[in-house]
Amino acid sequence: MDPTLLEQFDKDNIIVEKLDTLINWSRANSQWYFQFGLACCAIEMMAAAAPRHDLERFGAMPRATPRQSDVMIVAGTVTLKMAERVKRLYEQMSDPKYVISMGSCSNSGGPYWQHGYHVLKGVDLVVPVDVYIPGCPPRPEALLQGLLELQKKIKTETPLRSHA
Amino acid sequence: MTFEEIVAFLDNKANGKSSVIEGKTVILVSPENWSEISSILKNESKLNFDYLMCISAYDKGDNKVYGAAYNFYSTVNSHYLEVWVEVEDGTSIPSVAELWKAADWHEREAYDMMGIKFEGHPDLRRILLSDDWEGYPLRKNYKEPDYYHGLPVPKDKSYWD
Repeated sequence: MDPTLLEQFDKDNIIVEKLDTLINWSRANSQWYFQFGLACCAIEMMAAAAPRHDLERFGAMPRATPRQSDVMIVAGTVTLKMAERVKRLYEQMSDPKYVISMGSCSNSGGPYWQHGYHVLKGVDLVVPVDVYIPGCPPRPEALLQGLLELQKKIKTETPLRSHA
Repeated sequence: MTFEEIVAFLDNKANGKSSVIEGKTVILVSPENWSEISSILKNESKLNFDYLMCISAYDKGDNKVYGAAYNFYSTVNSHYLEVWVEVEDGTSIPSVAELWKAADWHEREAYDMMGIKFEGHPDLRRILLSDDWEGYPLRKNYKEPDYYHGLPVPKDKSYWD
């Protein structure tokens, strides 16, 4: 863009951008996460939401229903019994929806890899995962970074372009 | 009461219906006598075991004999007792859920994980695993399923080699 033109817009408090960018900006900064935890990672998720780390300053606040959630943080061990419920809950979320896999268990089965007859070896076997956070459990800072990585990913999207 | 006094008391009340496991302070009771012995443990004021702390199931490793270990405590008399009841696969142990409410879920767990059946239990079904799970996972001869409802378990481990 012509630098002088941009300068003029700046003076008038006007920004010229693509509509895609506006939509992505608003989506990325209001990632309401689904308030559900499966195991000890959920404790770290709670710590991340608590005042010291304050997940809400990134626009992420917990919603207790899948219908109002944008991102599902799979925090904990996904047992086979729970895997079907996780899938159903994911399907109940409205588009656009994202999944953060938090911790070793939901990434790959973690410590249950060898002998966990009852544990799903990675939540990506039932739902598509956008961001994987390593750790057992990950510290709240790691969850914050995971959320920021998700925001970066959202900002590269082109929501107005037809995907058909 | 000490362990020896408890054994002597039981021998006096129900002679020959319980035995001491050699080298352990544990009483072994056969399933036929377990209803009688358990009611003595609970109801006799000298013993008064009012607190069932745990029921642990165990596998003898011969694919035949499975057992349940009961840990009792008396909050009145401050003494402990451990009782083992062993059954062959297919037969059942009398339930003690009537005497100790805590036995309800403990027995369900023993059934869920080790496949021990408890006769007279009010609601004997799986407590942790899904209702349609096959096999009893803590048995030594348990084989992990390859798939559960179409989900792979365990994932092909050669992928990582």
